[in-house]
Amino acid sequence: MNRFDDFLKVQQTALNVRSYRQELLASNIANADTPNYAARDMDFKSALTNALAGRSSGPLELARSSSTHIGNGGGSPFASEARFRSEYQASADGNTVNMDVERANFAENAMHMEALLTFIRGGIKDMQLAINGQ
Amino acid sequence: MLNIFSIAGSALNAQSARLNAVASNLANADSIAGPDGSPFRAKQVVFQAAPMGSGQGVRVSQVVDSTAPGRLQYDPKNPAANGDGYVTLSNVNVVEEMVNMISASRSYQTNAEVMNTAKSLIMKTLAIGQ
Repeated sequence: MNRFDDFLKVQQTALNVRSYRQELLASNIANADTPNYAARDMDFKSALTNALAGRSSGPLELARSSSTHIGNGGGSPFASEARFRSEYQASADGNTVNMDVERANFAENAMHMEALLTFIRGGIKDMQLAINGQ
Repeated sequence: MLNIFSIAGSALNAQSARLNAVASNLANADSIAGPDGSPFRAKQVVFQAAPMGSGQGVRVSQVVDSTAPGRLQYDPKNPAANGDGYVTLSNVNVVEEMVNMISASRSYQTNAEVMNTAKSLIMKTLAIGQ
């Protein structure tokens, strides 16, 4: 059981980080024509390391001592990992979205997510094989 | 992840509003008088980032009338001509509108693609363990 938990924990955290990054990139693409919008991205490696080490420096959440307490939501635990992208070519309206970079990153991130999902599925299949023995 | 649908959806909305403005501008490129009797003024939509969950969507914050001067055309036979025989046409710049149209349709396509990618990722996530 421990083995399985360890395996799933890493994969699950990685998937969460990837899905947050996918949201960031979707925001950039959505705002490609918004004046003065600053594109954001995150460093996957440091986000994953921080999340696995439990160093989530995200927005402060209210302490809850009972399950019936209402939390403040707190937003995504990876929100503090987002950084503004440095611009390659300044555009006249102050927008720093570079569509080629965003699309390339979006595709890359999607591919990484698919790979992660394949690994998770493979891991679960292996476990099922071990349990069923056939 | 489901947030991507509202983000990309807001972008689709905003881009189609822009496309709408382009269509009405192009349709009125040669209009002499608008509904209030003065020459037609090109409409431009202004985009603004709008927080959506942990991401940023986009919304149309306002639609502004272009302040460019109207085109003057010499046409003394036209009943709308002024004393010198010039007719004031709309201030729509057709080249600008075409560029706007292509930019809007490209952005629309990109966001539709973003939605498709997000959908296929979610479907794959749902299929874990099956």
